[in-house]
Parts: sequence; C-alpha cells; structure tokens
Amino acid sequence: MSATLFRTSTAARSALRAGAATRAASAASTSFVRGKATLPDLPYDYGALEPAISGKIMELHHKNHHQTYVNSFNTATEQLQAAESKQDIAAQIALQPVINFHGGGHINHTLFWENLAPSKNGGGGEPAGQLKTAIETSYGSLSSFKTKFNAALAGIQGSGWAWLVKDTETGQVQIRTYANQDPVVGKYKPLLGIDAWEHAYYLQYQNRKAEYFSAVWDVVNWKTVEKRL
Amino acid sequence: MASAKYSLPPLPYGYDALEPSISAQIMTLHHTKHHQTYINNLNANLASLATATSAHDIVASLHLQNALTFNAGGHINHTLFWESLIPASSPHAQPTAAPQLATALSARFGSLALFQEKFTVLLLGLKGSGWGWLVQDTETGALELVTSKDQDIVPAGKKPILGVDFWEHAYYLQYLNDKAAYAKGIWKIVNWKVLEERYEGAFEGVFWASGGVEE
Repeated sequence: MSATLFRTSTAARSALRAGAATRAASAASTSFVRGKATLPDLPYDYGALEPAISGKIMELHHKNHHQTYVNSFNTATEQLQAAESKQDIAAQIALQPVINFHGGGHINHTLFWENLAPSKNGGGGEPAGQLKTAIETSYGSLSSFKTKFNAALAGIQGSGWAWLVKDTETGQVQIRTYANQDPVVGKYKPLLGIDAWEHAYYLQYQNRKAEYFSAVWDVVNWKTVEKRL
Repeated sequence: MASAKYSLPPLPYGYDALEPSISAQIMTLHHTKHHQTYINNLNANLASLATATSAHDIVASLHLQNALTFNAGGHINHTLFWESLIPASSPHAQPTAAPQLATALSARFGSLALFQEKFTVLLLGLKGSGWGWLVQDTETGALELVTSKDQDIVPAGKKPILGVDFWEHAYYLQYLNDKAAYAKGIWKIVNWKVLEERYEGAFEGVFWASGGVEE
C-alpha cells in the first residue's frame, strides 16, 4: 500500500510520539493528537493523461472530489474520537457508513492516481512478469482480461469501481466491482482500480462511458500494479 | 408470449425550457441518451424474461431481477422526474399551485422553507448515485423524506410526490462538484401543480400520468 496513503506530516508523527511520552510522564492533562489524512500530490501533471482523461477532469477530480473525501474523512474521524472518549457506542456505530464512504473515497482515489501514468512515464502497454502470468492464469490472455474488466465496469449500476484484486487466500487474481466508495478490504488486496463514477469521465465522454473504459488502458501504470501483487 | 414494449415519453417542455436551473445540454443528454438507454435495456430484459418464463427457467428469471430493477426503475424514476418539473416562469412553479400539499408540508416540517432545507440535506447525504424523494405513506397518509439508491423506485406502501435525480449526470456538466447549488436551485422549476395532483390523487394515478407504456 502507498506510503502517501495514510501520510501524516513529520511534525504530526513527532507530536504523536511526544504526546505518548508526555502521557507516560504525567497522565493528568494530555490531549491526544491524531494524524490527519492529507491529499497526496499527483505523480504527474493534470494534463498528462490526455487524451485518455482530460486535464479539466483530472484537476476537478483531484482538487475537489478527492479533497472533499479527505476533509470529510478527517471530520468523521474527529467525531469518532469524541464518541470514543465519551464511550458512546451508538454514535461510534452511526459513524461507520460515513467513515467507510469518505475513508474509502480517499483510499480508492489514492490507489487510482498511482495506478495511472502518462505513456511517457510507462502508462499503457502490457503487464510483465508474475502479473502477466497471474492474469493469464485467471483470464487466458490480456485481451480477454480487458474485455471482462470493461464488461464489469459497464455493468456497475450507479457509482462504483472495478478492481483487479488478489485473493490472499488462494493467491489468484480476479475482477471484482465495488459500490460507491466501498474499499477493497478483507481477504482481497487491491491491484488495479478504475473509477466508474460519472465524475471520472462525464465532462469528456458524457454518456459514452464505454469509450472512457477502453481509453483508460492507454494510461494504466502496469509497473505499479505489478508492485502491489 | 410477446412482452410489453416501453417507449421514451416526450418531455412536456423544450430541452432549454428549464434554463438556467438545468442546461439544455444536460436535458438533451439526460432524456435522449440516459432515459432512452434505460428503456432499451428494460425492453431487452423483458424479452429475456418472457423467454425464461415460457421455458420455465426459474434460475434465468431470477438472474434477470437485478437488471430489471435497475432498468425499469430508471424508466419509472425519470418519467416521474420530467413530469414534476416545469419552466420557472410558469405559475405552476409556485407553491401556491399546491395549496393542500403546501399546508400539509408546513404542518409536517414547520414551514415550506424548512421542508426544502431538509430535502437538500437528504440529497447531499446520498453516498453515490440515487434519488431523494418526498413520499406519502399510503396507510397513514404521513409525508416522509426517503432516498433510493441507484435506480431503485420508492418502496411499496409509499406514494411518490417528488423525486429529484441526484446522479452526477443530472447536474455535472453545469454544476461540476457543486451539487449543493443544483439541489437548492431545483425548487425554482418544481411543478407544484403536479405535486398537488399526486398528493390528492390515488397511488395508481401517479405512475404513467403522461404515458410511456406501449403494448
């Protein structure tokens, strides 16, 4: 998983350690300092994925949509912290859907930015090594895999994501879809995610989402996907 | 067995008639592409269902339910949506066109303004694609606010009075990520006369008030 994903600033991490030491020394008046989620920088420019994904989409998607998930996740985390300190179990449970949605939105988008790349930085092409073998074992060929993946994307009813995941119990890779911002957790490990929310393509492709699904392969960063395997 | 064929109901106003609240480009795509696709897929689902039913293939019938819920819901929800909107210049775009409903909403929510605020909060709380609804419970008559995900229709026992499409395709070309502006602006183009008719009328009358079904 990405190093930037749950990044806390160095200062915040120091504060955490300092806080722990202080609490050990004098338990009387310590306030717990929690690391905040932050918007990771894109590893390329907003316009770098054109023509597959327009610069305008990338900018709104990163600066507005992803940032809102980050902000809302931090707010929900603070509310959870308050509910925990009051031992309010009902309030903690009530926050779970919000944390799942906004925390999922943060994780999913972070993984998404990293598993894309402009062609000059290695985007497009074909997977190699163990990843190639794993995909061929499950789907026969890369082209058959892409066809199935695009069908999975097209079949999403509403907002959601399609993922190539690794089943950590069997070691096999497979395509799975997730509703809304549900994150890939549990026994599945996320390898490659494609955002099928309308905001990911609508300004450029409108209702022709199949065109977005076929163009996005031109900017898939297979090296990153392989590292996640 | 020939299955029913559904067709795209014409809009009761021009594509640009809801501007500036909803742009002509959005309305055109929404009606001629999105709504039409739900209808095409619904007709295909129904043909497959007829085949499965006549072959007594209950497994195939069950496997079609998901697609049917989605595509039939998309057709029903959009039809209700178009009918509940009207150009802002119309006298029907004023709550005075719905005296009984307006009174009931004020009684239920404190005031019309408070009802509209609650409806906005309802829409903004959706996690992903879906609809916000004002419904009436058919047993108690109570007015309620509910959401439905994706293209789910309102549950049995609830009569839809007003549904607002909160899929991103309903506003994104114009409002981008500022969905609150879309949610608040929708009140300028609500057809209160139609809402009053739904409120006063029977459950059956709400659906297909302006056609959309062809045998």
